[in-house]
Amino acid sequence: MSLLIRNLINLNREQSFSDQSLLLAGQKLKLALLPILGLLAFLLLWSLAANNVTTSLGKFPGPGAVATQFDNLYQEHMNEREKEQAFYQRQEKRNADRVAKDPTYVAKIRAYTGKETFLDQIITSLKTVMSGFLLAAVIAIPLGIAIGLSQTLNQAINPIIQVFKPVSPLAWLPLVTMLVSALYVSDDPLFAKSFVNSLITVTLCCLWPMVINTSVGVASINQDWVNVSQVLRLPALTHVRKIVLPASIPAIFTGMRMSLGIAWMVLIAAEMLAQNPGLGKFVWDEFQNGSSQSLSRIMAAVIVIGLIGFFLDRMMLQLQRWLSWDKASAKR
Amino acid sequence: MAIAAFSFVVSTSTTAEELGYPEKEELTFGFIKLTDMAPIAIAYEKGFFEDEGLYVTIEAQANWKVLLDGVIDGRLDGAHMLAGQPIAATIGYGTKANIITPFSMDLNGNGITVSNEIWKQMKGNIPKQADGRPVHPIKADALKPVVDKFIDEGKPFNMGMVFPVSTHNYELRYWLAAGGIHPGYYAPHKGDTSGQIDAQALLSVTPPPQMPATLEAGTIYGYCVGEPWNQQAVFKGIGVPVVTDYEIWKDNPEKVFGITEEFAEKYPNTTIRLTRALIRAAQWLDANDNGNRPEAVKILSESKYVGADYEVIANSMTGTFEYEKGDKRSVPDFNVFFRYNATYPYYSDAIWYLTQMRRWGQISEDKPDSWYKEVAAKVYRPDIYKKAAQSLIEEKIIDAALFPDFTSEDGFRAPQTHFIDGIVYDGSKPNDYINKFSIGLKAGEKI
Repeated sequence: MSLLIRNLINLNREQSFSDQSLLLAGQKLKLALLPILGLLAFLLLWSLAANNVTTSLGKFPGPGAVATQFDNLYQEHMNEREKEQAFYQRQEKRNADRVAKDPTYVAKIRAYTGKETFLDQIITSLKTVMSGFLLAAVIAIPLGIAIGLSQTLNQAINPIIQVFKPVSPLAWLPLVTMLVSALYVSDDPLFAKSFVNSLITVTLCCLWPMVINTSVGVASINQDWVNVSQVLRLPALTHVRKIVLPASIPAIFTGMRMSLGIAWMVLIAAEMLAQNPGLGKFVWDEFQNGSSQSLSRIMAAVIVIGLIGFFLDRMMLQLQRWLSWDKASAKR
Repeated sequence: MAIAAFSFVVSTSTTAEELGYPEKEELTFGFIKLTDMAPIAIAYEKGFFEDEGLYVTIEAQANWKVLLDGVIDGRLDGAHMLAGQPIAATIGYGTKANIITPFSMDLNGNGITVSNEIWKQMKGNIPKQADGRPVHPIKADALKPVVDKFIDEGKPFNMGMVFPVSTHNYELRYWLAAGGIHPGYYAPHKGDTSGQIDAQALLSVTPPPQMPATLEAGTIYGYCVGEPWNQQAVFKGIGVPVVTDYEIWKDNPEKVFGITEEFAEKYPNTTIRLTRALIRAAQWLDANDNGNRPEAVKILSESKYVGADYEVIANSMTGTFEYEKGDKRSVPDFNVFFRYNATYPYYSDAIWYLTQMRRWGQISEDKPDSWYKEVAAKVYRPDIYKKAAQSLIEEKIIDAALFPDFTSEDGFRAPQTHFIDGIVYDGSKPNDYINKFSIGLKAGEKI
């Protein structure tokens, strides 16, 4: 933006400019103005449409109502933090009383039991999606490389991948839930069951695009490089490290980007369905509330979900730009 | 109030030895977004759980099935439940699990609503008061000709309720059958769990918040559900509540607080302490002649609890009920939380649910009276309630006069009248009671 202004000032100061700089300034103007125009048109259409839709919970929320809700949600978050402090103070006092009576008692500090605010839910969802995604990457990339390198392994595993790939991860959810509650039994679990459920569901849906893209990337390495590796008689592991991995990085990243995008969409749906903490639960709870503010709060959540999805994608893209030698692949 | 608070502070030092500290201090309780979850919210917000050394997280659940599974698999330590759920789980109808209840959550709180179209057809069959408004309670006799017309035309008459073993299912069936409309039998031994054998009105499960929308879409012509979903139909102008459960059976037991038997055995102190907190909350809700209700409504309208608008919740929580638009009547005790020993887990309450399960075939085999009592004693646990209540009395937190007389209490309410069909219910003779109904399975019968 500042660059644009500087350009415009320059235009004014120096009355003589080349055709090329005019073209450049025009392009930059377009780059900044068009998205703003698009956004304004969208907001206008949205508020017009919202005014004309009446639901059983009142009017459909327009931009103004949603903005109010963002403010409310922030206030609620701050109020909750105050209540949290009071909770810990009460707890300390109670623990102190008990220790005074029974000196052998070792006081424990228990986490705040109040409501998760909108901000807390966002953080929970982000943590879950990243953990599930990383777990999937740890499994999928080595597996993809192995499949890509070995024709035999590919033939053996490919049918399984082809069958499981089209299954909606949400169909897995009931199975995952039952398995986790049966197998993940512990009196003092490290992670909450709901977190493990969401995590595994996310992992299951992240797996396939990464496996397939990695294996295709590995299988289609330039034959010349493979020949070089053979001439140099590189050991298998060095071959993977020096030739295969760098060569297939663009494909691996393409798979990872796809996976993360799907993972975010699936996570929200899974949270709604299974009532696991996160943004999905926030949306479902509000829908069940049926208050006159519910719709605008859901809309606020929808906007946040969209923005986070967008930023996650940008983040992967940036990572790809830094790490991948093939700069063209990042544009796809 | 100040005195009560003071005496509590003083007395905690003595109870610590008697009652013992809770074995499990961090607990998670589930609930469904309905106003009758109030005791849990109040026990949390007013610090009654914390007074017991319990650190409770309260989580809304998507539906009754998810909630029940949560308690069974241990994701939830306890939950706000339909009274039929622990009973059905114990006898193995639906999911099999040993769930008990030391605390009954409330009396009344439901209603039956029909669509505007059906109301128009019914209205002519209802006698009128001097001021032109229909005479209440409205019986299903007025609906009978409408249903007959549907059957003559070969069209199904569909209605909705919230769960196969819900209070709502039994109330709707009770009301229909009292008016001569057959709501159909279940036959689990033949794999039929739809409950539509021989039915004149076909009942199906719809989740509470979806009821008004389903009615509006014309999929069902009426439903039985808890508040605020009857009043919602009035506000939206899509339906007319014809009768409340208070009129079907005055002061009927409704929800319970369910925990697994395993939990109660493993953590006896925790169980008593959570019961104490819930009793205090229920007492608070009804104290000062419902004087605390506005504060309770404010808490319930928070988005983490029921989350509906203050006005909507206030309507049903303060004892008024709007039938046909503009026809606002006072229904005293629309929702009772403590009065009339509402929180005491009476065996006879459990047995009533069992009689209805038998009446409609969910229990397919004939059972002796002793069986009803055994099941009730397995699920309903006044022994835990009694321990909790007595410690509250000793600490002078709640007056003994507000509880049943524990020295003489046998867990059976005196034979109850005030049913819409005038039949008297005596919990000590379940088979006799079942045989009194003209519609429904009787002793010795099997589908």
